[in-house]
Amino acid sequence: MSDNSDNNGYWAANIRLVKICLVIWALVSFGFGILLRPLLSGIPVGGTDLGFWFAQQGSILVFLALIFFYAWRMNSLDKEYGVEE
Amino acid sequence: MDQFTLNLLVVGATFALYIGIAIWARAGSTSEFYAAGRGVHPVTNGMATAADWMSAASFISMAGLIAFTGYDNSSFLMGWTGGYVLLALLLAPYLRKFGKFTVPEFIGDRFYSSTARMVAVICLIVASVTYVIGQMTGVGVAFSRFLEVDVSTGLFIGAAVVFCYAVLGGMKGVTYTQVAQYCVLITAYTIPAVFISLQLTGNPIPGLGLFGEHTASGEPLLAKLDQVVQDLGFNSYTGHHADTFNMLLFTISLMIGTAGLPHVIMRFFTVPKVADARWSAGWTLVFIALLYLTAPAVGAMARLNLIDTVYPNGPQAEALMYEERPDWMKNWEVTGLLKFEDKNGDGQIQWYNDKSEGFAATATANGWQGSELSVNRDILVLANPEIAQLPGWVIAVVAAGGLAAALSTAAGLLLAISSAVSHDLFKGQLTPNMSEKAELLTARISMAVAIGVATYLGLNPPGFAAQTVALAFGLAAASIFPALMMGIFSKRVNNTGAVAGMLTGLIVTLVYIFLHKGWFFIPGTNSFSDADPLLGTIKSTSFGAIGAALNFTVAIVVSRATEEPPQEIQDLVESVRIPKGAGAAVDH
Repeated sequence: MSDNSDNNGYWAANIRLVKICLVIWALVSFGFGILLRPLLSGIPVGGTDLGFWFAQQGSILVFLALIFFYAWRMNSLDKEYGVEE
Repeated sequence: MDQFTLNLLVVGATFALYIGIAIWARAGSTSEFYAAGRGVHPVTNGMATAADWMSAASFISMAGLIAFTGYDNSSFLMGWTGGYVLLALLLAPYLRKFGKFTVPEFIGDRFYSSTARMVAVICLIVASVTYVIGQMTGVGVAFSRFLEVDVSTGLFIGAAVVFCYAVLGGMKGVTYTQVAQYCVLITAYTIPAVFISLQLTGNPIPGLGLFGEHTASGEPLLAKLDQVVQDLGFNSYTGHHADTFNMLLFTISLMIGTAGLPHVIMRFFTVPKVADARWSAGWTLVFIALLYLTAPAVGAMARLNLIDTVYPNGPQAEALMYEERPDWMKNWEVTGLLKFEDKNGDGQIQWYNDKSEGFAATATANGWQGSELSVNRDILVLANPEIAQLPGWVIAVVAAGGLAAALSTAAGLLLAISSAVSHDLFKGQLTPNMSEKAELLTARISMAVAIGVATYLGLNPPGFAAQTVALAFGLAAASIFPALMMGIFSKRVNNTGAVAGMLTGLIVTLVYIFLHKGWFFIPGTNSFSDADPLLGTIKSTSFGAIGAALNFTVAIVVSRATEEPPQEIQDLVESVRIPKGAGAAVDH
């Protein structure tokens, strides 16, 4: 049964990581890019504001970072819990 | 050498390359046909997935939609890249661990029901066929321009080429061909963007140039653009004018649609290990981001150049004489995608926003009687190098890139459709004893049928290429993504729940789309329009997000009311969640 509880720990750690990543994912796109844009309108970026930058450039860069961060963290979690291939 | 010959030469050379690779890597067994023997490196796979994914919608259509609308169409950028985060975090590694060939197979096994599998096949076919219609629109635009024919003729020629191309090879051919296609399309997209960015801002990186200084006026580029579009009565480029709720739903819909599209998910079955599936999603996004970070710059700069062409001395001064119009306008007039009508008979091309009430007084004072130029948004990227007066070879490379984008995605989709029909429908359900040969034949016949339907509907498309494609994403979002996600993250969702959820999501979304775009996309049969949608401000392109929410809700409620899945299914879910032991499930 210890094997099973290990798997549960692994899964819980994974879910925690997924949640953190998805919060950031939503914040940069729906948040900074759309809903919170008025709040960022005071920060000028090249003729417009930070919200516009997030909508057309920033969010994509953050998405990239998120996927690589997740892959790197998960691959080390795999080893930590001994469930790698 | 004239432009036409140059286009033919460059396009011909790239085609020879793709076909050469397809023949060299011709599919042997069915297992190779579907998943390329599962031996593809994550970076290679990422590049191929990027080519597969970036279609006519991304390459030909998207920057044009952004150019003519500005900030409000940022949804395309965030939606079509943000979906990869969902794919990498929620689906790719688990589906690779599960280790079957197709999406319906996973749904059929996880929900232990052949009905679920059949429903998934139907969802997949509906979403993919809609997607192919969008591709055919793009193919028509690209072929009509470079062969200098009418847009319908271009569409027929394009359909024939796509068919020959997709039938030639399976996924193995397609994987390596797509790497070549990626290289062609990204080069074709970036070269003119770099040139134009240098011309306008002096910065060679378009994504930085967009936020840089417009050299000619010394103002920031976007400020300059805001000013000239408003001088012509259009909405400001950087301002937020669209309905926020609809924009939010549209972005969500594109994101979850991305993660639910079968032809993209299938690619993650082809990497050797679960860990590779995670990396591969990242690499895919790297290759996609190269285009997506450039696209907003292409859009903004093309809009500025276009206004500059029509008003050489600024919007306040005299417009261009029609007789003095540049060659690119003449070329596009042949296709019927660019039209000029001299409404006030002064021989000049007045292009402005004649829908704006605030601007009507100015227009009347100038003696303008309506905007005289209509530009199809799908031509902008292809016309871009010509508008910026770049050398002929750049124009030819862009034509080749546009075709590469449309062809690679059309081929990937046809493969997803044909494998759903032959592998899931016939072999899995109707005629399980089918020989390998008969299975391949069924696959090819279904490709032919799909392309026929898409061509017919592509003659009167429900929107610009990217908009039609957005509908396909809505359908995938509402039907496939929720089933896959619940299949992995919930042990409680059972067969009845999943089937009820998928059917609800698909049918409600499809009906909503048909109500706005016409039944089966036949023009004139719609009861509502996206200008004044049935429900509040929710356009048919954004409805996928609502469909997905309904799918989740119905599936969970129905599952709660019925009995829980058997133990072996719960064990299956457990095993999908951990990477260990993935190697075993290669063939079957």
